[in-house]
Amino acid sequence: MEPILAVQNLSRAFKDFKLDQVSLTLPRGYIMGLVGPNGAGKTTTIKLIMNLIRRDSGDIFVFGLDNRTHQKEIKQKIGFVYDENYFYENVTLEEMKQIVAPFYQDWDERLFRKYLMDFDLPPRKKIKDLSRGMKTKFSLALALSHRAELILMDEPTSGLDPIFRSELLEILQREMQDDRKGILFSTHITSDLEKIADYICFINNGQVVFTNTWDKIREEYLIVKGPKELLHQPVRDLLQGIRENDFGFEALTDKTDKIKSLLDDRAVYEHPSLDQIIVFTGRRDGDVSAH
Amino acid sequence: MHIILSNASPDPIYEQIRQQIRSQILHGDLSSGDALPSIRNLAQQLQISVITSKRAYEELERDGFIETVSGKGSFVAVQNPELLREKRMSLIENRLAEIVRDSIILGVSLEELREMLEILYKEV
Repeated sequence: MEPILAVQNLSRAFKDFKLDQVSLTLPRGYIMGLVGPNGAGKTTTIKLIMNLIRRDSGDIFVFGLDNRTHQKEIKQKIGFVYDENYFYENVTLEEMKQIVAPFYQDWDERLFRKYLMDFDLPPRKKIKDLSRGMKTKFSLALALSHRAELILMDEPTSGLDPIFRSELLEILQREMQDDRKGILFSTHITSDLEKIADYICFINNGQVVFTNTWDKIREEYLIVKGPKELLHQPVRDLLQGIRENDFGFEALTDKTDKIKSLLDDRAVYEHPSLDQIIVFTGRRDGDVSAH
Repeated sequence: MHIILSNASPDPIYEQIRQQIRSQILHGDLSSGDALPSIRNLAQQLQISVITSKRAYEELERDGFIETVSGKGSFVAVQNPELLREKRMSLIENRLAEIVRDSIILGVSLEELREMLEILYKEV
């Protein structure tokens, strides 16, 4: 089956930042988390998928269609939920819906009513009086009510409390009962993704560091800890983000078999969290011991 | 069917699911033909990714514990009684092997172990 989203060698240079040959693929029926530090290129990638900004090179296919030549039909089936508030502040939810709904052929009024109820959104309230979490939910309700198949979310959980974040994850999992849908979700709060994401794409400095199923990534990496005597050159070459202190070292490796055969039970091994993988691959080797 | 997942367990989530469903089949809590939740439903309920629940089912299928009929869902497979007995025996064997290893380390003789086993078997 055609992937719901395919990005190929996407590049765009700005004055002080460059998105460089980004490629990722999301099959239908799955959730992908787009992670990376602030300024890594997550929002730029999503804006390019929405064709809101110009690219220098590369291709983007949504539902198998080029997102430049088929922009109109693609956008009918995309739900875009993003960080900054793009609603008119002084209108009610009901009025906002009346502005948005006519743009969509597949608008489903009954579904919209249902989501308002499910998400506890009062239709007569003005948008400016909504909390941040409610605005995100409203934005999601609009996306789901036009029967979007691909849901793109840029930092939907940032600035939200844990209760709301967990509610949002439940809503997304409910949507994924339909195996034709797909969700691309950017965030720097990785604990949100560890539970429900099928795929992770990690970008840093405008480049893809890795993209794979979260299961595979988790199996590929290990945190290694041990006394500093173990750190001779052949071992160092297998480690990333080595951090040394007076008592020992810790580092990340994706050469798990080699490291285990070299160090066997002289070191301690742990499965890393997504956060740890990002931190270790993002930092330079360093010695933090006192001098 | 019960599935309790622990984040503190060293086993990955798919492995915890596989083991728990397998043991419920071996113990007879789940029997041939019983319907299992769909992969997507299991993922939603346990709040795990679809790929994780899919992997658990794939491994159970590979080991002959469950079957998936496309369009109908997944079911506990018809277990060959001999095979089932073999699987049960190997489950016990593995655990006994652990006990034997521990006994040797702790200096418990085969005779003592046999006695202990007899008493325990009668008590339960």
